[in-house]
Amino acid sequence: MVKQKLVLHFPANLVEQPFIYYLIKDYDLMVNILRADINPRKEGRLFMELSGDEDKFRKALDWLQESGVKVYNLKQQITWNQERCTQCGACSVVCPSGALVLSRPDMTVRFEEEKCVVCELCLRACPARAMEALLDGDR
Amino acid sequence: MGVHRTYEEINEKIRAGKAVVLTAEEVIDLVEEKGLERAAAEVDVVTTGTFGPMCSSGVFLNFGHPKPRIKMAEVYLNDVPAYAGIAAVDAYLGATALPAADPGNRNHPGEFVYGGGHVIEDLVAGKEIRLRAASYSTDCYPRKEIETTIRLAEINEAILFNPRNAYQNYNVAVNLSEKTIYTYMGILKPKLGNANYSTSGQLSPLFNDPYLKTIGLGTRIFLGGGIGYVAWHGTQHNPCVERTEGGIPKVPAGTLAVIGDLKQMNSRWLRGLSYLGYGATLQVGLGIPIPILNEEIMAYCSVRDDQIVAPIVDYSRSYPYREGGNLGYVSYAELRSGIITVNGCRVPTAPLSSYSGAREIALTLKEWIQTGQFLLTAPSAPLPSVESNITLKPLPQRD
Repeated sequence: MVKQKLVLHFPANLVEQPFIYYLIKDYDLMVNILRADINPRKEGRLFMELSGDEDKFRKALDWLQESGVKVYNLKQQITWNQERCTQCGACSVVCPSGALVLSRPDMTVRFEEEKCVVCELCLRACPARAMEALLDGDR
Repeated sequence: MGVHRTYEEINEKIRAGKAVVLTAEEVIDLVEEKGLERAAAEVDVVTTGTFGPMCSSGVFLNFGHPKPRIKMAEVYLNDVPAYAGIAAVDAYLGATALPAADPGNRNHPGEFVYGGGHVIEDLVAGKEIRLRAASYSTDCYPRKEIETTIRLAEINEAILFNPRNAYQNYNVAVNLSEKTIYTYMGILKPKLGNANYSTSGQLSPLFNDPYLKTIGLGTRIFLGGGIGYVAWHGTQHNPCVERTEGGIPKVPAGTLAVIGDLKQMNSRWLRGLSYLGYGATLQVGLGIPIPILNEEIMAYCSVRDDQIVAPIVDYSRSYPYREGGNLGYVSYAELRSGIITVNGCRVPTAPLSSYSGAREIALTLKEWIQTGQFLLTAPSAPLPSVESNITLKPLPQRD
């Protein structure tokens, strides 16, 4: 069993193909979509958690890349710049997944990266601009 | 009987390295444990702190003259305009000023990436700032334009002067409407999606001296990581409002005008901020020492979050259209718990003011006093308090 958060970049010519259907049907994987920016005839991005048998998982990723889809690890997409953070906590009610939390009672901000769904709401909600997005992952 | 101390006696102990100093948080437990009288007998000074967005902040600058001289009728720092309607080569850069090229809210909500607050932070951090100035030419000031770069250390003066800081209490902002709104109280989600507040509660300077019995003109303070002074009461100072039994104002009340030399401050405690859909501002670190002159002052300093309340205000309608009224009061203890109840709904809360930053400021000031680096000053004049009959006036609108 493997479970990974991934970002899929679709070039404009592939956006209308049903990749998720094949991931489930042909590779028997579980797909949990976190966020998607898909528009007809435009480059698209899909954020998802993918899990299943390790062998099938690897084959599915190979197939995606052969098909022209770029696959990145989602892990490093959003980073918390602790130097910039002033520990106010304004982000904590904006973050929908509970990745940015204000610890109580010490009232310090904590970023739990594994809970981040890369919705990017925090980027502009943080007055000190302490949340940063990396354009690409590391795969 | 009872405890009586003078400023001079406290300063003697500070000089001797023997002053007993606690933060406004630490002193709560001491008073609970030992009672008011014994706590007042033991403690000489209580330190407070706050680290929140304070829009009414800015810096007076003197750049020195180029050769030939210039009047500088217009001044821009990294393209952010400063007010130059004062003497030649003097200007005032305000925290909320924005470059002419900033798109504002044309693509709502605007991002306000870089404004006066950010220039102040960059100046204090020692970064190079692009200065552009222009003027008509005079016989004494012939030059019409200049463009150069400056650093804080190179210019003559940089005096932080904030006309309204350290608000004594503030609204808890909510949104009753159907759409997200973008305010100086942060992002407010529709239908009571969140409640934002902005003070450091029991650590906040003016909650620990609610009647301004020790804080006055010339009080030496922690300002932006350096030393500053209380210059005057702040704009919109409004002390004659309804108070709790303990004397805490239940709505926004007192404010302070503060001043200090920017050159000895630190960018850790002066931070440029961008409020989505609202504008740019400056987060200011400010802390005030309170001398325990007697038991009454000790009693004020032992105030706890559950004894401080703030009004819940709708920022979709009631606040912007000045309709008045509120949705009830809530204590800072409830606000800090993370959930409050408004109109029967459970609403998550978020602060805009950094409580952990406030605590660090109070601890830093405590250390400065304990190590003899910081002496207290007796006010040269009191600030207006409850006997002043001040009322907060709206703007008259005439045809």
